[in-house]
Amino acid sequence: MGLIVLITLLPFYWILRTALSTNAGLNADPTNPLPVDLTTSGFERALGLQSAEEAVAQGGAGGGLDFWRYLLNSTIVSTLITGCQIFFSAMAAYAFARLRWRGRDKVFGLFLAGLMVPTIFTLLPNFVLIKQLHLVDTLFGIALPTLFMTPFAVFFLRQFFMNIPREVEEAALLDGAGKIKIFFRVILPMASTPIITLSVLTYITSWNDYFWPLMVSYSDSSRVLTVALAVFRAQTPATGVDWSGLMAATLIAALPMLVLFACFARRIVSSIGFTGIK
Amino acid sequence: MTVASSSPPSRLPLRGVEGTAPKPKPGKKRERDGGGRGDGALAALFIAPAMLGFLVFLLWPTLRGIYLSFTRFNLLTPAEWVGLDNYDRMIHDPIFWDSLTVTVEYVVINIGIQTVAALAIAVLLQRLTQSAMLRGVVLTPYLMSNVVAGLVWLWVLDTQLGIGNEIISGLGIDRIPFLADETWAIPTIAMINVWRHVGYTALLLFAGLQAIPNDMYEAAKVDGASEWRMFWRITMPLLRPVLAVVLIMTVIGSFQVFDTVAVTTAGGPANATNVLQFYIYGSAFGRFQFGYASAMSVALLVVLSAITVLQYRLTRAGQTDLG
Repeated sequence: MGLIVLITLLPFYWILRTALSTNAGLNADPTNPLPVDLTTSGFERALGLQSAEEAVAQGGAGGGLDFWRYLLNSTIVSTLITGCQIFFSAMAAYAFARLRWRGRDKVFGLFLAGLMVPTIFTLLPNFVLIKQLHLVDTLFGIALPTLFMTPFAVFFLRQFFMNIPREVEEAALLDGAGKIKIFFRVILPMASTPIITLSVLTYITSWNDYFWPLMVSYSDSSRVLTVALAVFRAQTPATGVDWSGLMAATLIAALPMLVLFACFARRIVSSIGFTGIK
Repeated sequence: MTVASSSPPSRLPLRGVEGTAPKPKPGKKRERDGGGRGDGALAALFIAPAMLGFLVFLLWPTLRGIYLSFTRFNLLTPAEWVGLDNYDRMIHDPIFWDSLTVTVEYVVINIGIQTVAALAIAVLLQRLTQSAMLRGVVLTPYLMSNVVAGLVWLWVLDTQLGIGNEIISGLGIDRIPFLADETWAIPTIAMINVWRHVGYTALLLFAGLQAIPNDMYEAAKVDGASEWRMFWRITMPLLRPVLAVVLIMTVIGSFQVFDTVAVTTAGGPANATNVLQFYIYGSAFGRFQFGYASAMSVALLVVLSAITVLQYRLTRAGQTDLG
């Protein structure tokens, strides 16, 4: 078990150690377990705080990448996707779980069938569509395909809504509340735990997505962290990879998710089973 | 992620059983009739956004993807119907077959090791400790993007400066160019993704293990059974349905490998890591052959569906020993 923890966590330490070293130091002393020539220049380079000459002198590419900007872009995209997707999916899940209408089970079956289509299959045609909508290279274009729903979110929330005791709802109905009010005042608050779990997982998924944003974004205006990291990696200077800067950038990309997870860890860990099975 | 749904939900006892609900056209927004008392109108309203997303960004692209596979399409001029040309080309394209082979090799290594390791971790978590903290720790790599995981290991395994290779050469073994060597590249990428996903997979299995009544282990212990024997006689048979579902999920995910390859080897060296998804991307965005890329996507879709059905049959995922 100790070994597992070690293999799991050691790479994180190594990111930090490398990010706080200079490239010259890394070359001279590759095995030092501590940062070599402790410095924040890697972070400065990643955040675009160094001039091009300075950056090149310290083994960077001087490509002028600004991770503040990508951090903001990633935050906008992930927040937009999570907020809208969960809300719309919850509405649909409520209709499937608690409203009565003809064809409900058929439509739900159709949604379930959507689970069978690998996301990757829809990416190319979705790109063509986004291009036709003139949304290529915009943050909105990145968010749009997953903005309204995923079959999984609908399915997941429906399971929870169905487990809410009907008596609670009936009591509210007797008090004269409408179905819409019940959804907002009764259902959503009672399902807050699964909704939070699903939101955090959705946030992490959209934050970490690479393939789709890679297709859609071409310039700084819509570049998210994952794509920016790959660009940073591709800009390898002649002197060799700027490992210090790259690991600093990696840490900037990864840290927000670690913090987010730390806040909700207990809740997420104990409900992982539900997200995967049932 | 899973399609474990069983019977349709029971009918809801609502007041107003009269069924004034308008015809079910859930996709379209309908005007609210009768003051919105009928559930049909309300349901249409509630389901409208999700239905829009489903139709426009899931159903339509799926159909369109299949259509595009029968066309020549470079994104600039309208798609031109070419019948089975793309499929014909695919069957005679050695790079496609090579790429499929590489992908299968990746999936076998990735899933094989990941499943065994995840099972081991899950059982350790169940039998030794119930620590939520530890479960949090094994989940951490999953919080990273594939890009981050790829870059970190690219650095750790760097031939000249990577700490991994420093240790290897410290042990007196020759440095291994993990990601720059044709033989090593695929196993290395497979292992990087095991590192990222094994914890998550373990937690899914752990959840399945939680459903096994503890009495069974107690009783077996009284009978003098060893942990090893209990694993094969109790854990494995009872976990089988969960394991099957997890296996189907992870295999499907594994076939879609792209990110890690894109940031570490970019398909190289000499196409050794040119996995299918990478080849598809290159065909579409490098050579603007959207029709051909779509045909290969359809092939991947068929392969994945076949595997799902096969695995489901083989592992009898539908049945559970717990009843």
